[in-house]
Amino acid sequence: MDTSIAVTNKAGDKPTRVRRESSLSRLLPSRSAKLIVGLIIAGVIILWGIVGPLLVGDPHAISTDAFAPPGPNHWLGTTQTGQDVWTQVAYGTRGSLIIGFVVGILATVLSAFFGVLGAYIGGAVDEGFALFTNVALVIPGLPLVIVIGNYVPQNQRGLFLIAVVLAITSWAGSARVLRSVTLSLRNRDYVSASRVSGEKTWRVLVVEILPNLIPVMASQFVFAIIFAILGEAGLSFLGLGASNTFTLGTILFQAYNDLALTQGAWWWFVPPGLVIALFGCALSLINFSIDEIINPKLRNQTRAARKAWGLTAEQIKRLEKEDVK
Amino acid sequence: MTTLEFRNVVKRYKVRGAGRSNELLAVNDVSFTLESGKTIALVGQSGSGKSTIAKLLLQLERPSSGQILLDGRPIRHRGKGLRDYRHQVQMVFQDPFASLNPYHTIAHHLARPLRLHGRARTRDQLEAGVARLLERVRLTPTGEYANKHPHELSGGQRQRVAIARALAPEPTMLIADEPVSMLDVSIRLGVLNLLAGLQREENLGVLYITHDLATARHFSDEILVMYKGQIVERGPADDVILHPQHEYTKLLAAAAPNPELRLQQLAGA
Repeated sequence: MDTSIAVTNKAGDKPTRVRRESSLSRLLPSRSAKLIVGLIIAGVIILWGIVGPLLVGDPHAISTDAFAPPGPNHWLGTTQTGQDVWTQVAYGTRGSLIIGFVVGILATVLSAFFGVLGAYIGGAVDEGFALFTNVALVIPGLPLVIVIGNYVPQNQRGLFLIAVVLAITSWAGSARVLRSVTLSLRNRDYVSASRVSGEKTWRVLVVEILPNLIPVMASQFVFAIIFAILGEAGLSFLGLGASNTFTLGTILFQAYNDLALTQGAWWWFVPPGLVIALFGCALSLINFSIDEIINPKLRNQTRAARKAWGLTAEQIKRLEKEDVK
Repeated sequence: MTTLEFRNVVKRYKVRGAGRSNELLAVNDVSFTLESGKTIALVGQSGSGKSTIAKLLLQLERPSSGQILLDGRPIRHRGKGLRDYRHQVQMVFQDPFASLNPYHTIAHHLARPLRLHGRARTRDQLEAGVARLLERVRLTPTGEYANKHPHELSGGQRQRVAIARALAPEPTMLIADEPVSMLDVSIRLGVLNLLAGLQREENLGVLYITHDLATARHFSDEILVMYKGQIVERGPADDVILHPQHEYTKLLAAAAPNPELRLQQLAGA
């Protein structure tokens, strides 16, 4: 795999290579090591979250085999009540992913509605939407989540409710960014030009402005997923998570409550923690390569990439000095 | 013959400062008539209101008072009336790097106005229409340019695309807002000659907005000189340049480099 990455990098550096590309392919991140590693890790975890629960047994099933370390019977050992950790982590990954994607979609839709639409219509609508966004932005997220989580009786506190609560507290920042980008885009000459051509208002928004927002929105979508998975883990760890469902957070909560740490049962809390960390890391890597589309200056500015261009050590040093400025 | 008339047009902008609001008089009581087959140059420094006039003519802004008339009738601001107006009046923007959408291909930029103005309906007609437009602005082979994105073209090529887009609805009036000021000096003449040629072929009325007196004189029949939102001098191109009356026009004319005079001065000294 290493060699193939190096080859694509070298080919990608030649500026004359790409002649014709479709509109969509220009929006895709260039193939870099960051993106490939991120996609592989995230892909494996997502695949496991989908397929895993179908292959394992009942995560609630208890046995007499309490606190058993990893072995042939229980790949990741067992809990205090003899439940299989591997099974639980499979279900937990699925639960966390569902939360992540639901929040990602909801937050993106909300931020696009209040950010893009307000900025494009302008006037009183923009003022109103911007005010609402700012109010939503300064609402402290975690305390609100805790209050809502506490208020709803435990038996009604499902996965979807948690997702909605997390989405409501996380869209405002993205909406502000989208608003400012849209305000800049709507005054571009090409938007005026399409109006002069006679395009309808909604078509100007959907066909001329929205495609140029896709990289920003994709990056925000990925970030919202990370936020949601970490937020859900935090909530569950505080005991305010979804009831009767397994997520990575609820597993950590139970491990902590049932004294896995003091018993030295590392196999109970390390795997779910590791999955969260790896998934967050993978999504961040993907996000970095999306950032390179929005800001091409970030592209190929590493020392390794510059060496691949055939620059001398002195030239690289000079460029790095400029970067600092 | 089509005429586009500006009658006593005033445009005020509200400038909101810290606490107090101010008014900016961008266009102050301006009148002129653009006729098909004629070129009028609108000359003036930055901030004199030239581009505001372009925006008013394109209905990107509404005048605060005064009227804009097409063939003697007040122009319409919405619906079918607006669309009919845009059949007739089109625009070439100043900055070819900003006036083309980086996301879309050249073909998209040309096919949309063709379709919107009913010049082509089927896929084949659109393709043929795009090819014909590219050919008219001398971007050949047309098939190659049609599928490119703006970032793959040079400034001059982009401006040719922008001209082709403006021609797509088959207008009778063309507003060219400093069409060459962002281009390299070596290709300016090519783009201007292209515009002049198309103007003759189509019998277009062209409003050429510029701050370059030399090209204004060369390419236009009449020159309007704007200063602080008002037209301070107007007349046939040669008269305005050779016998400027207003102080500001004299300054402008004196500021333009004159190689012959310079040679004489050098010889004299």
